[in-house]
Amino acid sequence: MILNYSQPLELDGVSKALDTSLSALPDFWRILIECVLVGVVILTTYAVIALILIYAERKITAFFQARYGPNRVGKWGLLQSVADTIKILLKEIIRINNVDRFLFFAAPFFMVCASVMTFGAIAFGKGLLAVDFNIGVLYVTAVSSLGIIGVLLAGWSSNNKYSMIGAMRSGAQFVSYELSAGFALMTIVVLTGTMQFSEMIEKQQYCWNIFNGHISSMIAFVIYIISGHAETNRGPFDLPEAESELTAGYHTEYSGIQFGFYYLAEYLNMFIIAGIATTVFLGGYMPIQVHGWEGFNQVMNYIPSYVWFFSKTGVLIFLSLWVRWSFPRLRIDQLLALEWKYLLPINLVNIVVMVILVLTGLTLTDLFPSLF
Amino acid sequence: MDSVSKYFSGLFTGIGSLLKGMSVTWKELWTPKVTRQYPENRETLVVSDRFRAELVMPHDANNEHACTACGICQMNCPNGTIVVTSQIIETEDGKKKKILDTHQWDLGMCTFCNLCVITCPSDAIKFDNNFENAVFTRSKLIQKLNAEGSKLREKKKEEKPTAEAKPVIEVKAPVADAKPVVEKEVIAKVKPEEPKAEKE
Repeated sequence: MILNYSQPLELDGVSKALDTSLSALPDFWRILIECVLVGVVILTTYAVIALILIYAERKITAFFQARYGPNRVGKWGLLQSVADTIKILLKEIIRINNVDRFLFFAAPFFMVCASVMTFGAIAFGKGLLAVDFNIGVLYVTAVSSLGIIGVLLAGWSSNNKYSMIGAMRSGAQFVSYELSAGFALMTIVVLTGTMQFSEMIEKQQYCWNIFNGHISSMIAFVIYIISGHAETNRGPFDLPEAESELTAGYHTEYSGIQFGFYYLAEYLNMFIIAGIATTVFLGGYMPIQVHGWEGFNQVMNYIPSYVWFFSKTGVLIFLSLWVRWSFPRLRIDQLLALEWKYLLPINLVNIVVMVILVLTGLTLTDLFPSLF
Repeated sequence: MDSVSKYFSGLFTGIGSLLKGMSVTWKELWTPKVTRQYPENRETLVVSDRFRAELVMPHDANNEHACTACGICQMNCPNGTIVVTSQIIETEDGKKKKILDTHQWDLGMCTFCNLCVITCPSDAIKFDNNFENAVFTRSKLIQKLNAEGSKLREKKKEEKPTAEAKPVIEVKAPVADAKPVVEKEVIAKVKPEEPKAEKE
């Protein structure tokens, strides 16, 4: 099989070697050690990706606004986000009178935990998947919606009208757009017939899902991207924060590392949305492969799978930033009208269309089995 | 039926306008950035001649300035930034004459209104572009504008007062500037009209 190539840079060999070296230990200890290692790796990646994203966002934003962006700390400002991290860690956590103290301190953890849990389910590359559930898509949709609890708790416990308004807006927005995102993913589940991420990715070897289901997939992709932006409170949908009206929305009262958690989770949610869109629509870590072009396939295979994943995700993150700095912020009624009057009906019709495409054999893999 | 067509036309015009907006920002992404990188670009920095950064009293190569110590600048200063002190000396032919002792200017109080420069009858002071004036103590902001041992430039009999009074060389001007200006002065002695034209 073509997949049995030698990839010197691939990381699944490392994880396999680790597993075999630990096989002498009793099961309990082996699993414990592996869990701890995976946890450490995921948390580190989480933090490092956040640092990179913050730098990339500031730089790209600056270029969209005809500025240079951070360019003083280190070469081209590369150390800017490290400096910011040190600053945010050193800042005082202010204890505010009259807040519901337990909920106030618990809220950032909800946000960051939901984000890390979703992050852990992403397939970063061949063998770089912490848990491979057979219901991966369902897990991701379920877990990512826990983050809203953090936002609502923060708004409620802050005892501040702006935080409250921001949290309520965020709740309305999140509940609405969760629906669209879920339906968009469901369209692809109909197409691939599986909810398991690894299986979904293997099936996209020659034809990405976005092309396989042509019209229907494209619509689902666009809807997923839009609702993904809305779920992460970014882009033109950042009205829960709405700094001009609500100071900072639900995290007005937070400072120091607690604010840092919200900041981190916001950036990572952007990455997670892009990562899931990559996995579900753009073939995940699969390199570009064409039936019959063995030489081309071989060359593409030499690029490690995580490079493919991160570059596809990077393109989607760039798209997210591009959208963010192109459009003005929506009003709450416009936001809800967009979801309930446009995205949701289109989505429902789209699923039906996808079912018809799959049942009547009109997907590209069915139409041109020799090509894809 | 009308509402249905309205729904779909609204949807597609909406998508069209969003794409148009994104094309505009896409072009903006690639426009060359014009931000000046200040501390690095000191050599190539262009500051407008009209920018008022620091009050100076131009001195020529003979360490002579044009200030007659009349005190009009001091009188015109709205917040007492300038203090002109003068002394009366006796010249060789027995006349009493007022000469400049110190011309003191306080950068910390100056509002850069330019009234002193406008009202100076002999164009002895002007604002120049040296804007890096930050210091650590307030006392350093008070500057003495006339150079040590400088004296008033003597009037040439035939010359028109305006041509002669024109500032020729600055106190803090870079050394490279000194030469051409001296040449100009030589020309000025022969033909008083010429340097004025050159200046413009």
